[in-house]
Amino acid sequence: MGHPKPVRHFVKRGKIHSMQLNLALAQIATKLGNVQANLEKHLDYIKQAQAQKADLIVFPELSLTGYVLQDLTSTVSHKPTEDDPVFKPLLEASQNLDIVVGFVDEDSRHRFYIASTYLSAGRVLHVHHKVYLPTYALFDEGRFFAHGDSIRAFDTRFGRVGMLICEDFWHASPPYLLWLDGADILLFSSASPGRGLNEHNKLESAWWVENVIQSYANLFTSFVVHSNRIGYEDGLNFWGGATAYDPVGERIAHGPYYEEALTMATLDLNQIRRTRARLPLMRDERADLVQKELNRILSK
Amino acid sequence: MNTDLNIHTDLAKKILTGFIKSEITRVGFTRAVIGLSGGIDSALSCALAAEALGADNVLAVRMPYQTSSADSLEDAEKTATRFGVRMETIEITPMVEPIIQLDPQISKLRKGNLMARARMIILYDQSEVFKGLVIGTSNKTEILLGYTTLWGDMASALNPIGDLYKTQVRQLSRAMDVPHSVVDKAPSADLWKGQTDEAELGFTYDDVDQLLYLLVDGRYSVEDCIAAGFSKEFVNQVVERIRRSQYKRMMPPIAKLSNRTIGYDFLYLRDWGT
Repeated sequence: MGHPKPVRHFVKRGKIHSMQLNLALAQIATKLGNVQANLEKHLDYIKQAQAQKADLIVFPELSLTGYVLQDLTSTVSHKPTEDDPVFKPLLEASQNLDIVVGFVDEDSRHRFYIASTYLSAGRVLHVHHKVYLPTYALFDEGRFFAHGDSIRAFDTRFGRVGMLICEDFWHASPPYLLWLDGADILLFSSASPGRGLNEHNKLESAWWVENVIQSYANLFTSFVVHSNRIGYEDGLNFWGGATAYDPVGERIAHGPYYEEALTMATLDLNQIRRTRARLPLMRDERADLVQKELNRILSK
Repeated sequence: MNTDLNIHTDLAKKILTGFIKSEITRVGFTRAVIGLSGGIDSALSCALAAEALGADNVLAVRMPYQTSSADSLEDAEKTATRFGVRMETIEITPMVEPIIQLDPQISKLRKGNLMARARMIILYDQSEVFKGLVIGTSNKTEILLGYTTLWGDMASALNPIGDLYKTQVRQLSRAMDVPHSVVDKAPSADLWKGQTDEAELGFTYDDVDQLLYLLVDGRYSVEDCIAAGFSKEFVNQVVERIRRSQYKRMMPPIAKLSNRTIGYDFLYLRDWGT
């Protein structure tokens, strides 16, 4: 296994960037609390993605564990390290393509987090802990999980990337912070329960998520991709429908609803430059003004 | 105020058939058992189950009592035939009659409950014979109103139609080609001759579904609903029915003694490990 090679390169500010990213979005059903079975499915999808020459595969929220974990939470946690039996094969597989998986992380003080990790070339590049834990209506995450307390972008071989998990991007500030922190590619993952059936051919929850994600692509002139699981847990349905939007908000990939699928998207990373040359929202953003006004608002 | 209860029937069908298939197969079963009354709710559950699992994997059971109407039996047969599922008929009269005979004063309500619970016994017995799980047939309207028999028609392994109001059950039934005679007739539990749901409840499903949709889905207040044109008596009656029947929508509360008690802090989904 060699180091994964980008298809083509360009040099910008002394850094090597690939111009094209072949992305695979894996929308899978999971077995609730059966990490070993879920791991096997991950390895299978990673193989399929590799066969399709993917550079990066993104799995949904809690893809290794299932979603409504309740009292299973403390029994399914894993550390993203080489000596962990679940992460060892995933880190090995990341020699061939970059991998984002969802899991339950446990810190040294035994707090449990809904987490996503970015694996590349056998290393853990980043772990994101879900910051916003919905604990209302059908959701009960705050009962079982600690909330994350940082939102950071990180460097990959494709440029700077940010990861968020489901409710994180129902709030406007986390994507905004990642944007300011340099992320040009936002990787979102969800286990979004379908709800709000009406006369339209899409559930309210799916409609909302897709609109919001597209808006972020527009507002931040960035690539925004979303990997959402499918399947059922008791009466809850998860709707899938993976999407990728380019920096002008055009949808460049759309997975099916309610079926397992590996949805491929080609991200032309030069599109970021072309879009921002025309539409310099990034250049004109007044983060200092935001900070000043936030300080004023918070000091009230 | 939006009181449009229309649903996208193809999307509903997709989610509900996926639900049936997932929740039956993940626990090692392939088959389902449904009590077919001749009414619309069980016909819709039957249609969904046949589509989800294949008609051969669905057993429809007719369970008439001696006063059950011939129309009900005929409509149940039409439904089973329409969806190609196999059908059994098991009379409940020999089961419930000896109990009814014990008390000459027995009320209609008690007789109705006895019949509903006798049918539950038959379905769970057939569940073992056919190696299939019992599919529920209670809709959202009757569950919210408590217009059900606890451990009777409420008993099932899974319920695909419990989040559909009666008017939505009608819409989806039409879309799934449930026989017209089943869709169009007045809803009835057929527990005694001439019984209809709407006469017994004192209001129509169309009216109460609109009100429930505002109260439950829309989270509107009683005052909002009255301002929207529903009579105060009607609104209060429905709100009180919902409150009084909460016990029917729950497992019995267990008195807490230990540090970990079933129902309070022993929390797992039924799909645990699957």
